Amino acid sequence: MYDLIIIGAGPAGITAAVYAARKKMNFLVITRDIGGQAAWSGDVENYTGYQFVTGPELVSKFEEHMRKYRIDIKEGEAVVDLEKSGEIVKVKTNKSFYDSKAVIIASGKVSRDLGVPQEAHFKNRGLTYCATCDGPLFAGKDVAVIGGGNSALDAALQLIKIANKVYVINNTPRLGGDPVMKEKVEASPVVKIYNDSKVVAINGDKMVTGIRISKYGNEEDISVQGIFVEIGLIPNSSFAKIVERNQAQEIKINCRNETSVPGIFAAGDVTDVPEKQIIIAAGEGAKAALAAFKYISQQR
Amino acid sequence: MAKNVTVYSTSTCPFCIRVKQFLKDNNIEFTNYDVGSDQLKAQEMINKSGQMGVPVLDIDGKIIVGFDKEKIKEALGL
Repeated sequence: MYDLIIIGAGPAGITAAVYAARKKMNFLVITRDIGGQAAWSGDVENYTGYQFVTGPELVSKFEEHMRKYRIDIKEGEAVVDLEKSGEIVKVKTNKSFYDSKAVIIASGKVSRDLGVPQEAHFKNRGLTYCATCDGPLFAGKDVAVIGGGNSALDAALQLIKIANKVYVINNTPRLGGDPVMKEKVEASPVVKIYNDSKVVAINGDKMVTGIRISKYGNEEDISVQGIFVEIGLIPNSSFAKIVERNQAQEIKINCRNETSVPGIFAAGDVTDVPEKQIIIAAGEGAKAALAAFKYISQQR
Repeated sequence: MAKNVTVYSTSTCPFCIRVKQFLKDNNIEFTNYDVGSDQLKAQEMINKSGQMGVPVLDIDGKIIVGFDKEKIKEALGL
C-alpha cells in the first residue's frame, strides 16, 4: 500500500514527485513516458530562469531533478482504470494492480486522431502527428497538413521551407490561429488551402500515397506522401471514469487540485485548469502533491 | 563486446535528442545519420524498419523504432 501514486511524468507529475519525495512520502510514479508533451516542444522561452531552452533539454533537467531522489518509477506502464474501495484507491494498469491512499492524475494530453479507417496502419508510414520530428523526412515531397489552428499553421510553416507542395485541409470556413502565422501560410506559393473540407480516407498500400477529402459532399483525391495531423489535443482521462470531467473530458478540479472523489487529485493539462503551459502544469503538480500530503496526514 | 549501433534521426525531433543523450550517458558509441538531409540513409531506414517515424535504432541488426528505453536496454545488454 502506497501513500500516493502519481500518474504521469510530464511537468506536473515530475514536480509532484519532487514535492512528494521531499515530504518523504511512500509513493510510486506510473507513466508511459518521461516529459509528456514538453518533450515534444520545440523552443521554450517562457519557463522562468531559462531565457531559452528546448523542450527535451528542459525535460532532461526535470528528470535529473526527480531522479536525485530515490523514486520508484514504472515507466512504459499505462493506467487503465481507477476505483475507490473504502478509503483505498485501486489503480489498475496494463501490467499490474496497485493500492494507494491517494492518487494524483497528471496524465496530460495526447494528439487527437483523425478518425478515418486504417489510421493506425498508416501511422509512421507517411501519417504523423509531429511535424517537428518527422518534417525533415518529407523534403521535396508533397504533404498535407490537417487542421486550421495554431499547431496546424506552425506545422505548415515548418513544412513550407522543405516540402514541394503543402496542402492545408481545414474543416471550418477559414483558418483560425494567430494572424501573423496565418498571413505567412496564405502568402506562401507552395501552399494550397482547402477550407470547409475534411479528410474522409487515407489512400495507399504500405505507405501513404494520398488523401481523399470531402467538401460539401464532393470528394476529391489529393496525391501526397506525408500527412501531418494537427487537429488539437485530448486529455488522457479515459481511465478516470470515477471522477467528474467536463465536456472536453478534462478532469474537474478545485483550487486545491481535489477532484470529485476524495483522495484523488489531478494536476496539469489533464485538468480543467485554465491555460496549458509548462510552468503552470509544474506549479499545479506542486499544489497537488502538497494537497495530497495534507489529505494523508489527516487520514492517519 | 561493443555492439554496432546506428541511429537514424532528424536534427529537430525531441525523442532523437533523448535517444542520443541516453546512449551517451551509457557510454555507447554510435553512428548517427540525419535522415532529414541524407535521402539515401532515409530510404535505408524505411527499408529496415518498414516505416518513416524517427528515431530508428539498429543495434547489431535489431531494429527499434522510437525511444523505447526498455527495448534499447535489452538490445544493448544494459
